Amino acid sequence: MEQEQLKEKIVALLPEAEFMTNKQYLDVIVPANKLHAFVTTLKETNDLKFDYLFCLSGVDWQTYFTVVYHLTSSEFGHSIVLKVKTDGRETPEVPSLYDIYATAEFHEREAFDLFGIKFTNHPDLRRIFLEDTWVGYPLRKDYKDEINIIER
Amino acid sequence: MSEEKKVIVELDENPEYIINMGPQHPSTHGVLRFEVSLQGETVKYLIPHCGYIHRGIEKMCESLTYPQIIHLTDRLDYLSAHMNNEAVSLCVEKALDIEVPERVKYIRSILSELNRIASHQLWWCAFGMDLGGLTCFFYGLRDREKILDIFEESCGSRLLHSFVVPGGLMHDVHPNFKQSIRDFIKYFRKKLPEYDTLLTGNVIFQNRTRDLGIMSKETAINYGITGPSARASGFACDIRKVEPYSAYPYIDFKEILYTKGDTFHRYKARMDEMWESMVILEKLLDKMPDGNDYTAKMKPVIKLPEGEYFQRVETARGELGVYIVSDGNKTPYRLKLRTPNFSNLFVMNKLTAGYKIADLVAISGSLDLVIPDIDR
Repeated sequence: MEQEQLKEKIVALLPEAEFMTNKQYLDVIVPANKLHAFVTTLKETNDLKFDYLFCLSGVDWQTYFTVVYHLTSSEFGHSIVLKVKTDGRETPEVPSLYDIYATAEFHEREAFDLFGIKFTNHPDLRRIFLEDTWVGYPLRKDYKDEINIIER
Repeated sequence: MSEEKKVIVELDENPEYIINMGPQHPSTHGVLRFEVSLQGETVKYLIPHCGYIHRGIEKMCESLTYPQIIHLTDRLDYLSAHMNNEAVSLCVEKALDIEVPERVKYIRSILSELNRIASHQLWWCAFGMDLGGLTCFFYGLRDREKILDIFEESCGSRLLHSFVVPGGLMHDVHPNFKQSIRDFIKYFRKKLPEYDTLLTGNVIFQNRTRDLGIMSKETAINYGITGPSARASGFACDIRKVEPYSAYPYIDFKEILYTKGDTFHRYKARMDEMWESMVILEKLLDKMPDGNDYTAKMKPVIKLPEGEYFQRVETARGELGVYIVSDGNKTPYRLKLRTPNFSNLFVMNKLTAGYKIADLVAISGSLDLVIPDIDR
């Protein structure tokens, strides 16, 4: 499906979605409280079938975080990028998608480990790479570690 | 007579017995720990613990320039070094809208396919060894040496090449490049049937791999499994076909697909990929243009325009995704590496539950995990 067609479909499904221009994929900004229901529809609608989450990343934008979901359909081959902004950076919260995509559970643990983004309803939100006693979240832009990171 | 002493041992109906496999277990092929809960010899559940060699590559990348990042990507999946280099290079080129010379595209794809064969050879050695066939190790390494010699001749190093850079290649390939690959294909076509004689047809091997750790297509997609492990379950996820890059659109090749998704078919998928890679190599060599251009014109300092870029590449183990967020500086604002092994690892619990502990080694071997790629 072409980007334009895909955009029309998504406007029909989620009127409050915002779009961003990107040469490669269609970028959709989804409000955090609508994410879970929206992704479920994306996966279950017959002519969309976004069943494969191939990348989940967190990005620190100084005042807030975004969680970026790259979705594709294994049957039709079309792709989409969903972005969820967190509310500030004090207690960033995004709903977990572990029950829609099994792989999300572990990618979310990684985002929690390195960014401190809390995924609500996640069954097992622990650090994945760093030890449990680690203080701070290394991929945040304001993270300071004078011993291990050499500032240039 | 003293009073008879009674020893009472209470037998728990379902005792939980937990053992740690790793982090220094030879068959995890690196520092990975499985927390395995056993009932007798049967695995009840398995929890992977990773992070033993977490080096913070994504964090390091944020303070390095793009040509410097190339050298870190080698260290992810060290058996697919060329593909990792290529992924970042392609992403940078996509952002800058640079078209590399045709010849470079062909050389990149040729190196990727050679790397794929070398990687599958090492996997075959280790898989055979995990199941008790030590001879495999010598057969596999003997032939892998030939590929490493080609790499050494053209790239200067044998394992971590850093040869593919944004804009093209580090330097031109050796004049003997084409001929040495043709010689290798001729040699390996004779040797590959030996692998089948030694291992594939072996009764013990068949009994230990068939109908074991069955992964359905739905599971593969849901867990984001890619590479030969997913294609053995019928999930057509080959990025060379889905989003063709470099010289793959110019040639015609088969995507190896099996449907059953057990350990044996994951094994077969990789064996067939070695055959298919040789066919791809021959087609690429025939079409490769002559000349000596090995790089596009690049500025001395690479600055990506503001924006977000994503590049998918098929490594020997599956899909590698590079996601660059740039703010216009010479270093990336954020660089995310979606590594194939990270996703592949976490299906282990689903595949091994209910099987014997000896089968765990076979199943984890058939997923072909490389630990530095998981931990990053």
